[in-house]
Amino acid sequence: MRIEVNGKAREVRSPTLALLLEELGLGDRHVATALNQEFVRAKDRDEKRLHEGDAVEIVSPRQGG
Amino acid sequence: MIREIERRSPPPQPSPASRERELAPRVTDIASNACHPLSREAGEGEGGGISRDSRAANLSDLLKLYDVELHSRLLLGTARYPSPAILKRAIAASKAEIVTVSLRREAGDSRAGEGFWRLIRETGARVLPNTAGCLTVKEAVTTAQMARELFATSWIKLEVIGDEDTLQPDPFGLVDAARILARDGFDVFPYMTEDLVVAEKLVDAGCKVLMPWAAPIGSGRGLNNAFGLRALRVRFPDVPLVVDAGLGAPSHAAAALELGFDAVLLNTAVARAGDPVAMAGAFALAVAAGRSAYLAKPMTPRDLAEPSTPVLGRAFDLGAA
Repeated sequence: MRIEVNGKAREVRSPTLALLLEELGLGDRHVATALNQEFVRAKDRDEKRLHEGDAVEIVSPRQGG
Repeated sequence: MIREIERRSPPPQPSPASRERELAPRVTDIASNACHPLSREAGEGEGGGISRDSRAANLSDLLKLYDVELHSRLLLGTARYPSPAILKRAIAASKAEIVTVSLRREAGDSRAGEGFWRLIRETGARVLPNTAGCLTVKEAVTTAQMARELFATSWIKLEVIGDEDTLQPDPFGLVDAARILARDGFDVFPYMTEDLVVAEKLVDAGCKVLMPWAAPIGSGRGLNNAFGLRALRVRFPDVPLVVDAGLGAPSHAAAALELGFDAVLLNTAVARAGDPVAMAGAFALAVAAGRSAYLAKPMTPRDLAEPSTPVLGRAFDLGAA
């Protein structure tokens, strides 16, 4: 399945957002997520199914002004 | 006249520069309470009784932002420092109790975010996440929701940028996003222009703090529109006002506090200084001085000179009876 992750197109096999994080090696990271510009809570990632063409955002804490 | 001289010149060292000396003990003392080891010596060396009184006053002069009481009136950004170690030392030197943070796309194997987040937690500062760089209401709202989960706080510094050259806020998107977020339980700190009408609409939308810019982000120009900022202060006497963005030097921060602004938020002026840690300390002193001066009610400027030294009794005064 082809989706966008943080703005980059990539081929993934995970059917859910939680499994996608595992697939990308981010399963243990302190991150927040959005799917197609909608926030997805950490506890909802198991249920959140991915579809062809979806856009996923995965963000972590960073310096800011 | 003798009484006049005594009032203007604190013993035991009468000085011609009477006004400056009159103010000095308070400013240095309040600074010593919150900021810098050198200023503590200065404060205690001069007029101990006054020092103790003003120190007590300073302890009760708290800043309240969304029911959180704070001693520091300086909010510090965490970006653009030469190293994480310098960032950590600068936060300590600034005495800031609130630091701004952001969230960015997770970049593969770097784990940069985790190290940064650990460092910030070690400082003990409260975090104010921002929505920096967001260009639409939707982006800003979703970013705020992600920040709330990531940083475990309902505080959000709301930025909706309308112009990429000046990073001027989009006032229309800002008000819309503020309304959505306030309804969703966020404590919104809107980064705004000094526009009175926008301010009114943000307050109506549920903002209990307003953060007008002084000048474009990172420009270091200081208070571009002191008139507009003063008007905002007068119009919203009970809303905490934080000057956010555009400050370059500690004197700019002092000027903002002297105008009656409750606090300042800055980043680049400290992070890009030659010595960020020393500059953080300098800003802490300036903020304390500006607040102290505001509470002391600065004199009103006038156009013509007025002698500070008594005229009566001048030697060689042939005109006197």
